[in-house]
Amino acid sequence: MTQQPIDKDLFRVVGVNEDDSDKLAKKSVSFWKEVFIRFSHNKMAIAGLVILAIIILMAITVPMFSQYKYSDQLGVYNSPPSAQFWFGTDDLGRDIFVRIWAGARISLFIGITAALIDLIIGVLWGSVSGLAGGRVDNIMMRIADVLTAVPYLLVVIVLLVVMQPGIVPMIIALSITGWINMARIVRGEVLSIKNQEYVLAARTLGASTGHLIMKHLIPNALGAILVTMTLTIPSAIFTESFLSYLGLGVPAPRASWGTMASDGNKAIADYPWRLIFPAVFISLTIFAFNAIGDGLRDALDPKLRK
Amino acid sequence: MINYILKRLMYILLALFVIVTVTFFLMRLAPGSPFANERNFPPQIEEKLNETYGLNNPWYIQYKDYLIDTATFNFGESMKYKARSTNDMIAESFPVSLTLGIEAMLLAIGFGVLIGVISALYHNKFPDYLATSIAVLGISVPSFILAGLMQYFLAYKLDIFPTAGWNGFIYSILPALAIAFSHAGFIAKLTRSSMLEQNSSDYVKMARAKGLGKWTVVFRHTLRNALLPVVTYLGPLTAGVVTGSFIVEQIFAVPGLGKHFVQSITNRDYTVIMGTTVFYSIILLFAVFIVDILYSIIDPRIKLKGAKK
Repeated sequence: MTQQPIDKDLFRVVGVNEDDSDKLAKKSVSFWKEVFIRFSHNKMAIAGLVILAIIILMAITVPMFSQYKYSDQLGVYNSPPSAQFWFGTDDLGRDIFVRIWAGARISLFIGITAALIDLIIGVLWGSVSGLAGGRVDNIMMRIADVLTAVPYLLVVIVLLVVMQPGIVPMIIALSITGWINMARIVRGEVLSIKNQEYVLAARTLGASTGHLIMKHLIPNALGAILVTMTLTIPSAIFTESFLSYLGLGVPAPRASWGTMASDGNKAIADYPWRLIFPAVFISLTIFAFNAIGDGLRDALDPKLRK
Repeated sequence: MINYILKRLMYILLALFVIVTVTFFLMRLAPGSPFANERNFPPQIEEKLNETYGLNNPWYIQYKDYLIDTATFNFGESMKYKARSTNDMIAESFPVSLTLGIEAMLLAIGFGVLIGVISALYHNKFPDYLATSIAVLGISVPSFILAGLMQYFLAYKLDIFPTAGWNGFIYSILPALAIAFSHAGFIAKLTRSSMLEQNSSDYVKMARAKGLGKWTVVFRHTLRNALLPVVTYLGPLTAGVVTGSFIVEQIFAVPGLGKHFVQSITNRDYTVIMGTTVFYSIILLFAVFIVDILYSIIDPRIKLKGAKK
């Protein structure tokens, strides 16, 4: 191998444009904006969002403007879907289309409220436990450990057997052990955030604990909390329909999707539409929330940042 | 390791105590009585029944008796079906549920891993979309709805499978599928994402560069590492299969423990509810415990929390 001598003439001075050196190659975007952009590129998540928006819109408007009420018995029994009754009628002659959207209100209400209660208890429990540390943290987490070991569905069933079935007992039963997951996640976030320098700096500057929680801990843990909550709602809706199926759901004449599916299943051989419509909407809603939750998790994950 | 196991066993006992206590007091508060259907009894007989079952004693005596009974696994006679002990009912119906449960778990793991591997191998191609759609469908459709639909289409309309009952292997296919489907979806999702993660790692590239075939790499290298998250899912899977059986056994008229449990709820059959709840709790608690230990054996990188050297 012979070495080629490198001539100085091969190089020339390009010079520096002083004005350009301060410009950033890429426009800086805030964290939440970037999350939004990444989320909007996720087709599944957007599909979930659209489906959910339609379901919520229908749940609000249909019972308001429909000519029938969900409990009206119209005298036409087990009618298949037709121009008059879009989804058919059930064994008491009630319009299934209207009942689906009245049921959507109840199922969504139960799911979202249970998730909100989980959120409040979980965030409080988790952040107090994580911030306090030491013995308090130890005791609070041991309580959570024992409660997690208790099989969720068994407790819920036993609770509902005792309380009269209804919307409020259902929500209580769902959130009684549901908050633990949230508490653990919040505690994990708090523990990792509280040892960071900027929190120490804020403390040195004399910030109170309340200020720390509101200004530093919650905004930084928000992503994880949001994802957990979106994924809690479908599991609450799922459990609600499961319990309704066991006969522990919202009592008649009110309808939730679970009770409708349960009734429909008994009549499936002759009137399959009575199961199929509630089944489709339960599945669509669970899908929508799951897709949104997964999309949010991916969007919030800094590892996937491009 | 021993420290860790002892600690976990203590939690299990504590959790069991909480469950036993909570069920006891809730049952006492519950409206409705197991003898409600037999109101036409003369009051003396109802009095006698209450006495036999110890329902007249003050609560702390009942609680004490109950704790002793539970500790000795003696849950007493059913309040609804005369002369049948809860233990007999469990002993008689649990093998059925166990068979169904194991079948469902094998189906869930088998299908889940297969679907996950296929979609990871053909990442962003047609088989991936198909497999992912199946997985999403599995996660979104509740098992009881799937059970109803399968019973209608596969058994009633097409007559491929028997509609209901428990009389040999063919009877167990539909219920096992109904329980397994949603879990297969979860497992597929887990397998897919962890396979994809492994595929970009150096040892997989190395194996491919050596000229190993696609499937050899999958079975000899990728899958072994990618299955770790699936092992963690075994705990929830057991719980899901157990609870899933409540409704699915009801729909397909399978004479398993799940069916007894659901019926004892509607009948307010206190002794059976408590017996089955405690029994289920023990199974679930130990399943999760075993999975945690398994996990640390399979993956040496994992240090058990609380284990001291």
